[in-house]
Amino acid sequence: MSLHTMKRFDEELNELKGHILSMGGLVERAIENAVKSMLEQDEALAVKTVERDKVINALEVQCDEMTRSILVRRQPAAGDLRFIMGIIKLVTDLERMGDLAAGISKGMLRTLDHPPRNFSTLDVMGEKVVRQVNRALDAFSRGDTDLAMIVIEKDAGIDVLYKRMYREMLTYMMEDPREITSSIILSNVAKNLERIAAHATNIAEMVIYMERGHDIRHVDHEAAARLLAGED
Amino acid sequence: MNNQASQQRLNRRYRFEKLFKASAIAALTLAASFLIFFFYTMISQGFSALSQTEILVEVHYNEASQKSYKKAVDKSYRKIVSRGWLRTLPLYMEDHPEIVGTSKMQWVTATGDVDQYMKGKPNRLKSKYKKQIDQLQSEGKVKLAFNVNFFTNGDSKMPELAGIKSALVGSILVLLVTMFVALPIGVMTAVYLEEFAPDNRITQVIEVNINNLAAIPSILFGLLGLAIFINFFGVPRSSAIAGGLTLALMTLPIVIITTRAALRAVPHTIREAAYGLGASRWQTVWHHVLPLAFPGILTGSIIGLAQAMGETAPLLIVGMMAYIPDTPTGFTEAATVLPAQIFTWAGESIRAYEERTAAAILVLLSILLSMNSFAVWLRKRFEVRW
Amino acid sequence: MSKSKINISNLKLWYGEDEALHGIDLDIADKKITSFIGPSGCGKSTLLRCMNRMNDHIPSCRIEGEILLDGEDIYAPAIDVVQLRTHVGMVFQKPNPFPKSIYENVAYAPRIHGLARKGDDMDELVETSLKKASLWNEVKEKLHQPGTALSGGQQQRLCIARTIAVKPEVILMDEPCSALDPIASAKIEELMDELKNEFTIIIVTHSMQQAARVSDNTAFFYMGNLIEFGKTGALFTQPQQKQTEDYITGRFG
Repeated sequence: MSLHTMKRFDEELNELKGHILSMGGLVERAIENAVKSMLEQDEALAVKTVERDKVINALEVQCDEMTRSILVRRQPAAGDLRFIMGIIKLVTDLERMGDLAAGISKGMLRTLDHPPRNFSTLDVMGEKVVRQVNRALDAFSRGDTDLAMIVIEKDAGIDVLYKRMYREMLTYMMEDPREITSSIILSNVAKNLERIAAHATNIAEMVIYMERGHDIRHVDHEAAARLLAGED
Repeated sequence: MNNQASQQRLNRRYRFEKLFKASAIAALTLAASFLIFFFYTMISQGFSALSQTEILVEVHYNEASQKSYKKAVDKSYRKIVSRGWLRTLPLYMEDHPEIVGTSKMQWVTATGDVDQYMKGKPNRLKSKYKKQIDQLQSEGKVKLAFNVNFFTNGDSKMPELAGIKSALVGSILVLLVTMFVALPIGVMTAVYLEEFAPDNRITQVIEVNINNLAAIPSILFGLLGLAIFINFFGVPRSSAIAGGLTLALMTLPIVIITTRAALRAVPHTIREAAYGLGASRWQTVWHHVLPLAFPGILTGSIIGLAQAMGETAPLLIVGMMAYIPDTPTGFTEAATVLPAQIFTWAGESIRAYEERTAAAILVLLSILLSMNSFAVWLRKRFEVRW
Repeated sequence: MSKSKINISNLKLWYGEDEALHGIDLDIADKKITSFIGPSGCGKSTLLRCMNRMNDHIPSCRIEGEILLDGEDIYAPAIDVVQLRTHVGMVFQKPNPFPKSIYENVAYAPRIHGLARKGDDMDELVETSLKKASLWNEVKEKLHQPGTALSGGQQQRLCIARTIAVKPEVILMDEPCSALDPIASAKIEELMDELKNEFTIIIVTHSMQQAARVSDNTAFFYMGNLIEFGKTGALFTQPQQKQTEDYITGRFG
């Protein structure tokens, strides 16, 4: 897309995008570290991840400030308006993701007294969720709606993983009541990861809205794909 | 910012501005002093024409003087009493038969030379009469009275009786003709050219020619008037109508140009507003444009008429530079105009005409000035601000 | 979209040799506000002026194609331009009241068209027109004072009152707020919103925000072409054409 006549506007938009991306980077790392701290029972890493969440929160406030200023000063229209609208939503998603990652780390700290015997598929799930988040941010960064569609389509897989792990944890609890605490914690962690993936899907949907102007939230995948295909 | 070089440049600029202002003021002063000098000479020379020497003499109204008007006064007075005045006596006696046979002391207009002598101006009065005047003066029988004749008489070969009335009336008649011919035609032409005419080659040519006409030497209009009005249409020579039509030709381009300027000064938005409401072209011009342009048209026309009033050359050609002692009473009678009268008097060899020339110039100037100030007043009064 | 009031089809316009409009097709919806936006010289004002034939006054102007008002071609020889302008009124960029009284400004057009003659009829018409233009309360005490003494915004509302006094069906507005301050502009915008119950309004504006605020439909013009036409909300959030997007986001030139 060509540049604005008002160059400062372009700079502001780029700056805002940069902020979002660095916030996204922090969130991605937080998720990675949270899962890793759990798997490796690394207390220090968990504490650090919880601490880091504050940085993410601070970035959210900053991004909100920038969007407010752009709205009032530039009165964006069309693509710019959709971009700003998207950012407003996206920032909230990222912040929630950060919170959920911190939640995982907090769960890890509670497992110190009750170390889990078995992490089930947490490693796989963690990896997949991180990949979803990574893809969503990539889609945002490049304005890549195809990648965003992939994120949306792959969300179902995460749900399956979560359900499987939840059932497994239930089995553990039934087998051995001593495992109840750690199993509940682990199933909560899985729940958090599932939520993180859902937020990543939200981001992907926003990317499609920002780029194409179609609101595909609450529309099934096939319909969404048809909508996008029909346009080009 | 405040370094040496910029300070120098600044000083140079200020110096130049001061110099510029000073030379403008000098030019203005020079122009003003010419004007003051002009008015001073005119007023100082012309002022004395407003008074006229009169002598107290015994006038005999009898049969002898009815036959030979010279006999109405004693022989010693015959050279100092205006012959022109004496000449009016027989007619006067005819109109008032009851007065015949009486004689009475009365103030009588003196000759031009006596008048000039009384006013201390150069004259050709013989020393014998000078002594007589001095004698009469010491007896209180000579006085300077207000010169009624100057305003109530026409031209005369005797300066003491010469007046501007016929020329003034002639000027007014000529101006009326000019006004009634030039204004309607000029305004209508301008309205057509400005509001209706398509912008093509023909109207452009017309436009250029109108502008050129305004710059043509006025004497050519006289020739044109002679050729068209007198030779072709057979308008009486020397008449107010011939002069008026000729001057109308000359004024027409000025009226057209000023009217067009006034029409053009009416903002385009007013026309658009009227058109937008569904007014026709005619309604737009008549209801909105002309009323707004009216003060401008009037001002331009008055200035054009004032110019026509001061014009001599074209009238020379149509024979208005004539000796007209009798005030014209109609448009077809022979008439002259003020500037022509001034020109005629200025050429006279008798000294007493000199002050009358100056006085007539003063009258002409004050008429022109009041016409122009009337134009200014009109503009101020009716000017619409938007 | 509701039924259309004006249908423009394949309208081309030349100023001398220059083609200023290259075949415009556009339907203007009845009792809605349609705004024309686009950079200077894009032909939006020219098109607006075609709709009440103001271009007739430009000698070199030539038109092809047709404009139908309620299905009738306004350029047909049978149509009288004076009559047309009582159906299609116009409000101009600069407030241009006649240098006459407020009353006379409003009464002028009804008088020349013979809509009201007698004093009472005319008084009533003037009053209702001024009321519709939301000016009555501000001027009812000074109806016989000059209209030029009003403030800019009041003058523009007077011009609107003057236009609606002949009860037109369509009101064309050529940048009606460009000479006004924001408060006065807001009053005009509010007025337009009220007037659209009765009139079809077409507004040319340079302010995209204004177009977005007041209009139901927006048309974007560029270089004498109609680039995009649609519902205002959609056009300003999700334009279909790249040129529209570039223009409304300030990426032009």
